[in-house]
Amino acid sequence: MSGAARARGASANVHAYASPYATGAGLGVVLLASYILAGRGIGATGAFAVVAAKTIGTALPDAVAANAWLAERATGAILGDWLVVEIIGVAFGGFLSAALAGRLRLGVDRGPRLGIASRLAIAASGGAIMGFGAVFARGCTSGQALTGGALLSTGSWLFVAGAFGAGYLTMFFARRAWT
Amino acid sequence: MIAPFTDSSTLVAGIVGIGFGFALERAGLGSAPKLAGQFTLTDFTVFKVMFTAIVVAMLGAFWASRLGLLDLARVYVPETFLAPQLIGGAVFGAGFALAGLCPGTSCVSAATGRGDGLAVVLGFLAGVAGTASLLPILQSFYLSTPRGTLLLPDVLGVPYGVVVLAVVLAAGAGFAIAERIEARMARRTG
Repeated sequence: MSGAARARGASANVHAYASPYATGAGLGVVLLASYILAGRGIGATGAFAVVAAKTIGTALPDAVAANAWLAERATGAILGDWLVVEIIGVAFGGFLSAALAGRLRLGVDRGPRLGIASRLAIAASGGAIMGFGAVFARGCTSGQALTGGALLSTGSWLFVAGAFGAGYLTMFFARRAWT
Repeated sequence: MIAPFTDSSTLVAGIVGIGFGFALERAGLGSAPKLAGQFTLTDFTVFKVMFTAIVVAMLGAFWASRLGLLDLARVYVPETFLAPQLIGGAVFGAGFALAGLCPGTSCVSAATGRGDGLAVVLGFLAGVAGTASLLPILQSFYLSTPRGTLLLPDVLGVPYGVVVLAVVLAAGAGFAIAERIEARMARRTG
């Protein structure tokens, strides 16, 4: 990464971040606590699925009723869902950490060659592509890689292999978006 | 009383989430260029955080189970669907490299003020909603190669502890390689 990229993208306080091993260990303890206290790990996709099902259900209740996957996720109160509450906690925890470290900042993080509009378009497209993959994988980096990975689930490790393999392959073509 | 306590309260969900989000931001994983560095080989924070967390949670669960404090059979393990999870994982990885954020980290990015994080949150939500709406016609692939709860020790035919040890050794080797590549890339780009 060039100096310009570092200044503009990763930001000048990149060195202020905590050790990845220390934070990883902290994250591992949180995951273990989740297994012990709740009998389940962490997740992100499941929360988005509930919000998606509820949103579609408000506009098109018949479409949700006809779709078993959506119908299953549209029942019950949205704030009664474990993963929805957990993901609100994730946002709050991230906000708290950034506030304490002086890292709250309105802006758009991007590679040195990209304008704001292109970066936002690529970000939204990347998000949508991940959405397609996460539905089929039954989870993402949280629910599969971390939660299922630490419990030695075979499907979770297949997910990790697929995600890293395709990530590197994609970056071979998308390098200019980041460097 | 043996864990898990299967406490489904929102208090536990909220506390676990706060710890999760706090750790991600501390490591810098609310910043997309930092995550993208994993795929441009300049910054292995994603790998280091992910595999340290996996090793710690895996060893904790393994030893708590051996000491009779945790009944692993009652901890929910995601079910395995071989092809959808491998292919879904690959599609996910392609989106991850473009977005520079995964679903969890996009929430941290958005919550700390980043517009690109919010774009990933909205794009992911739309992707999940769109894919779910199309599931009735994609059902045969979605439900293909089901294997139920399938653990690596059963697939490989070795004791649980052997796989635990193998993951620890692989993570350690991965960390050593990651440090080496980072140092080399830092020298190259100055």
